[in-house]
Amino acid sequence: MAHEATMSPLAHADDHHGEHHESPNVFGFWLYLMTDCVLFGSIFAAFAVLRNQFAGGPSGKELFDLTNVGIETAILLFSSITYGFASLNALAKNKKMVLLWLAVTFVLGVSFVGLELNEFSSMIAEGNGPDRSAFLSAFFTLVGTHGLHVTCGLIWMVVLMVQMMGPQDLSERMMNKLACLSLFWHFLDIVWICVFSFVYLAGVM
Amino acid sequence: MTQAPTTTMTGDSHGSYPSYLIGFVLAVILTVASFAAVMTHALSPGMTMAALTVLAVVQIVVHLVFFLHMNTSTEQSWNLMCFIFAAASVIVIIGGTIFIMHDTAINMMSR
Repeated sequence: MAHEATMSPLAHADDHHGEHHESPNVFGFWLYLMTDCVLFGSIFAAFAVLRNQFAGGPSGKELFDLTNVGIETAILLFSSITYGFASLNALAKNKKMVLLWLAVTFVLGVSFVGLELNEFSSMIAEGNGPDRSAFLSAFFTLVGTHGLHVTCGLIWMVVLMVQMMGPQDLSERMMNKLACLSLFWHFLDIVWICVFSFVYLAGVM
Repeated sequence: MTQAPTTTMTGDSHGSYPSYLIGFVLAVILTVASFAAVMTHALSPGMTMAALTVLAVVQIVVHLVFFLHMNTSTEQSWNLMCFIFAAASVIVIIGGTIFIMHDTAINMMSR
């Protein structure tokens, strides 16, 4: 009791400065991510059922280029750690470094989307688009949904970078926004782990 | 006075340079192991699939702990509870779908 009484004024003071307690905004965003988890789970379930329905068309073995997938994986993993560096610099209130690491993350994200679009367009050009077989429909839906999420994350990143420009310090609001995008970005890397394991690697087996 | 708790929190729930680097190195090792398992054809297809699943699950945990800073502290208990609920839902959705559709395929003799 006495402990609580002495602690509470301090705890309240800290509450207003944030950092100690996760903001409800960040928790709300976490809840959104959990629903996104269920969305991806459903698409993975559809892919699991349709992964062998080739309708006489090409299988993953003929379509997938593991070198390309390896490069995409490496890019996304690097972008995760560069975003991590941006987060750490945000905590240290070092705005210039935050902008720098966000820019690096953005470039990596753009190259990931570029490689994916390149892969998609060459597949479609060879007549292996989403209309070729149930397997390809499921493949384009799953990998395309992930790519669309990454693209949204990139647009969000640009918006935050623009909002951060100028002489003002990093506000509490901006810290929350950065924390939400951090969760989003790392979450997309987790989804990609499942994509490269169960779509690409299992597909070429 | 406010500086001291901030630094300890930086080390705890927001990660630090060493924790990000440890997570990154672990993720690289697990990713390379996944690619090697498939590209070297060292295991039977069934075993390769099992290895891929185990490696993916371990890497997801690594990402959750080192990049999303998930932990079992009381402050994070709601995050963890929501995650467990979502993960259970996903397992039921994927496992149930595979089970039912496989059963249907067997009974319809379509496979």
